[in-house]
Amino acid sequence: MTTERIVVVGGGMVAHRFTEALRARDTDGRFAVEVIAEEPRAPYDRVALTSYFTGKSPEDLQLGDPALWHDPLVALHRDSRATAVDRERRVVTVEGGREVAYDHLVLATGSYAWMPPTPGADLPGVFLYRTIDDVAALRGWVEERRAALGRPVRGAVIGGGLLGLEAAGALQGLGATSTVIQFADRLMNLQVDEGGGEALKRLIEQLGVTVRCSTATSELRPGKDGRVGSIVFADGGEQLVDVVVFATGVRPRDELGAAAGLELGPRGGIVVDDTCLTADPAVSAIGEVACIQGSCIGLIAPGNTMAEITVDRLLGGASTFPGADTATKLKLLGVDVASFGDAFATTPGALEMVYADPVNGVYKKLVLTDDAQTLLGGVLVGDASAYASLRPMVGAHLPGDPAGWLLPEGAVERPSVDLPDEAAVCSCNNVTAGTIRDAVNHEGCTDLGSVKACTKAGTSCGSCLPLVKKIMATELEKSGIEVSNALCEHFAMSRAQLFNAVKVAEVTTFSDVIARFGNGRGCDICKPTVGSILASLYNQHVLGDDRAALQDTNDRVMANMQKDGTYSVVPRVPGGEILPEHLILIGQIAQDFGLYTKITGGQRIDLFGARLEQLPSIWKRLVDAGMESGHAYGKSLRTVKSCVGSTWCRYGVQDSVGMAIALELRYRGLRSPHKIKLGVSGCARECAEARGKDVGVIATDKGWNVYVGGNGGFTPVHAQLLVEDVSDEDVFRVIDRYLMYYIRTADRLQRTAPWQQEHEGGLDAIRKIVVDDSLGLGEELDAHMARHIDSYEDEWKAVLNDPERLRQFTSFVNAPDQADPSLAYVEQRGQRRPATPAERESGAVLIAPSTLEVRS
Amino acid sequence: MTITAPAVPSPSRVVVCDYDALCPELGVAALVDGVQVALFRLADGSVHAVQNLDPFSGAHVISRGITGDRAGVPTVASPIYKQVFSLVDGTCLVTMDKQPTSGMSADLEVYPVTLDNGQVIIDLAGRA
Repeated sequence: MTTERIVVVGGGMVAHRFTEALRARDTDGRFAVEVIAEEPRAPYDRVALTSYFTGKSPEDLQLGDPALWHDPLVALHRDSRATAVDRERRVVTVEGGREVAYDHLVLATGSYAWMPPTPGADLPGVFLYRTIDDVAALRGWVEERRAALGRPVRGAVIGGGLLGLEAAGALQGLGATSTVIQFADRLMNLQVDEGGGEALKRLIEQLGVTVRCSTATSELRPGKDGRVGSIVFADGGEQLVDVVVFATGVRPRDELGAAAGLELGPRGGIVVDDTCLTADPAVSAIGEVACIQGSCIGLIAPGNTMAEITVDRLLGGASTFPGADTATKLKLLGVDVASFGDAFATTPGALEMVYADPVNGVYKKLVLTDDAQTLLGGVLVGDASAYASLRPMVGAHLPGDPAGWLLPEGAVERPSVDLPDEAAVCSCNNVTAGTIRDAVNHEGCTDLGSVKACTKAGTSCGSCLPLVKKIMATELEKSGIEVSNALCEHFAMSRAQLFNAVKVAEVTTFSDVIARFGNGRGCDICKPTVGSILASLYNQHVLGDDRAALQDTNDRVMANMQKDGTYSVVPRVPGGEILPEHLILIGQIAQDFGLYTKITGGQRIDLFGARLEQLPSIWKRLVDAGMESGHAYGKSLRTVKSCVGSTWCRYGVQDSVGMAIALELRYRGLRSPHKIKLGVSGCARECAEARGKDVGVIATDKGWNVYVGGNGGFTPVHAQLLVEDVSDEDVFRVIDRYLMYYIRTADRLQRTAPWQQEHEGGLDAIRKIVVDDSLGLGEELDAHMARHIDSYEDEWKAVLNDPERLRQFTSFVNAPDQADPSLAYVEQRGQRRPATPAERESGAVLIAPSTLEVRS
Repeated sequence: MTITAPAVPSPSRVVVCDYDALCPELGVAALVDGVQVALFRLADGSVHAVQNLDPFSGAHVISRGITGDRAGVPTVASPIYKQVFSLVDGTCLVTMDKQPTSGMSADLEVYPVTLDNGQVIIDLAGRA
């Protein structure tokens, strides 16, 4: 069988969807795909472009599994622009002259950002808002201007549509002021009606963005330095600016198709039929460049549908384009905006039902048929919580009193709806309620992650996830499957539930906890969990009462077990600042005990190869010299990494070491569901890599920015911004609450990043709780953390003072002076390491533990 | 398994320690005729002895594992890769999808324990 060659021109989201779908469905390997992409990176999530400003990296925006691009039947050419299509010879010419032959060509060239012809639009400081490179350049400019001007940068966005508002939010996020200049009479005129536009304007203005509607821009003028300096309006007004962003809409990139003689639509775009084919049966066009059913559609959902149709047709299917769902739901500058169905009530006889609350900035409108029975569409501004339920109901009978959907939640009972199977739940990926039900009932998906993986629902914009979750839970409930979050066979509760139960019942020992809330003797899963909960709640010594037997070996001997059963020792070095005498002491201990030494990633020193019975004598010397446990062994605060900060660094704006030490001493010993790492950087250069930590604190000219939920490890995640420009006290308060809330509600061994992601409502909801105190929990969390700080004691010091606990540190109960005879080491680069099994067998130079006796 | 009645004297029976030297649910290691043994006194008072060598890591660490039960069977979990073993017959109950290091059985040796006059006695020759 010969392979057919598919060439895709364009490397955007729709090209990605096409390639992904083809590889998933073409199981026989009939087709090989070559993707010619102009941008220097693999397809990314353009819809989420603005999240680049809230700290996401280009990698975070990557679409799907990157393994797709390593498929032997897929070739991705980045930085590569197609310059011509020869339909006779079926060949695409790429910049540089290379020719790529095709059996079928897919044009997915998308759109370009359109700029009205405006004098001065080419001045330095004028930007577009379309690609990662655009937003990266904008960010670079604003940061550079702010540093050079020494005052907030003045920004303006021309265009008050969706992208314009996103750009305004991005400018604000960068610390610039922003004015939105809109030619139409209201913001987002394509999505919302006059009432919605008014509400939106009020909400946006409350956030400090200036809005000028019905305003035409006639010219951009340079300042004295040649950079953009002011905007001149058609009415003669002028406004000073340091940066201007054009977000005035997009136009299809149809020049390649036009040059190849393909028909164009009246307003551009390559004309295709309902199967996405052009007049040439060997050429399809999909996404924003396609003029389908008379128009180009600048939304991702119809683009994905077109990609799927083309794949289906290539494989012999018969699907056709069902028409575009232009429903949108967004969060712009924290304001919910949604529009769906016949939002402008153009259906003859349509009724509009409106609820407006100008005080709270809420505007909601439902469009209904003349008998008020069937939902046609709607606009939701300020509170779009009903969107996920309402949008799939478009065209369906709306049960109960429609007012229930408009009034604030709880005012009138909201009718419960059982979505019909064919209702589209995820419009980005065209997933129906029926598909989700199938995944649960027939594919064995029992959690959100597997439903997402199986159906692709919620994998693009994510706005439908609450609904997906609800449908999944309903189905599971129907089939009698209880979503098990049991800790283990001894406890039916999840860690968070158990935490609460222990806290409310005020039980303090494992035997009481298991007697009241569990069964059996416990195990290696629930014992350490309960040990951690008790430590978080009461902060008593981890080895006190019956607690020693609950701890993993690391906590039980307060050191980290290594592969040969010996331990490593890490004294605390707060903020990475260390006295020379402590360095010397650590070196001397390493020499005396023959320990392998290595600097850790958390700015401290690890001493490897200490035997159980040696730990107390090592720690005696450390504690006597004023050092303390570094909790490197605990599910607890590990380190607070810092850069040197303003005390020495030429660029530092705050004392990052001082802050790091304060944080480390504040949270040392805090037991939690998993390890916690913090980082503090003294300026925006971020040398401490704080965004890779559970909590990252980064200095600004005005104070500190606090980022949360980052980690390295298996799935690296950058921390997200929680609060900006806050004082030292606020840094402490907000981290106190964040960590305590995490400790109380996270699952066993769940780090902050997945906890934050899976928390209902995500980081926004967490911010409301820990910053705005929406649950009224603040004081309790503060008090809990204060108790922890007050009751902290060095675990090792306490053990050294307790002969009973010291007895646990013996090698053999019947031969306490004898070392484990099985240990064997070889020398490497002047230090020792455990011998491999082969080295043991060959009898290579071994260092037996007996030659490493303690000198002290 | 703990036998409390005085057993028949045998040259392979070795007195290891006082019963009182063992803390409930906290294992200790013992060196018996050159063999490393992990000893556990459980909350119900029974004493169990198994090999201290962890077949999955090759390190002598079983005595430092967490005790518990699986469906009522008393167990210990290896502190290195978390395999779970029965303290009654040494069977590996949870392998954590790992293989023992070369040439080792996944199960642990179990040694009979007798308590005599407050002393813990292990019979190495009496392995199950």
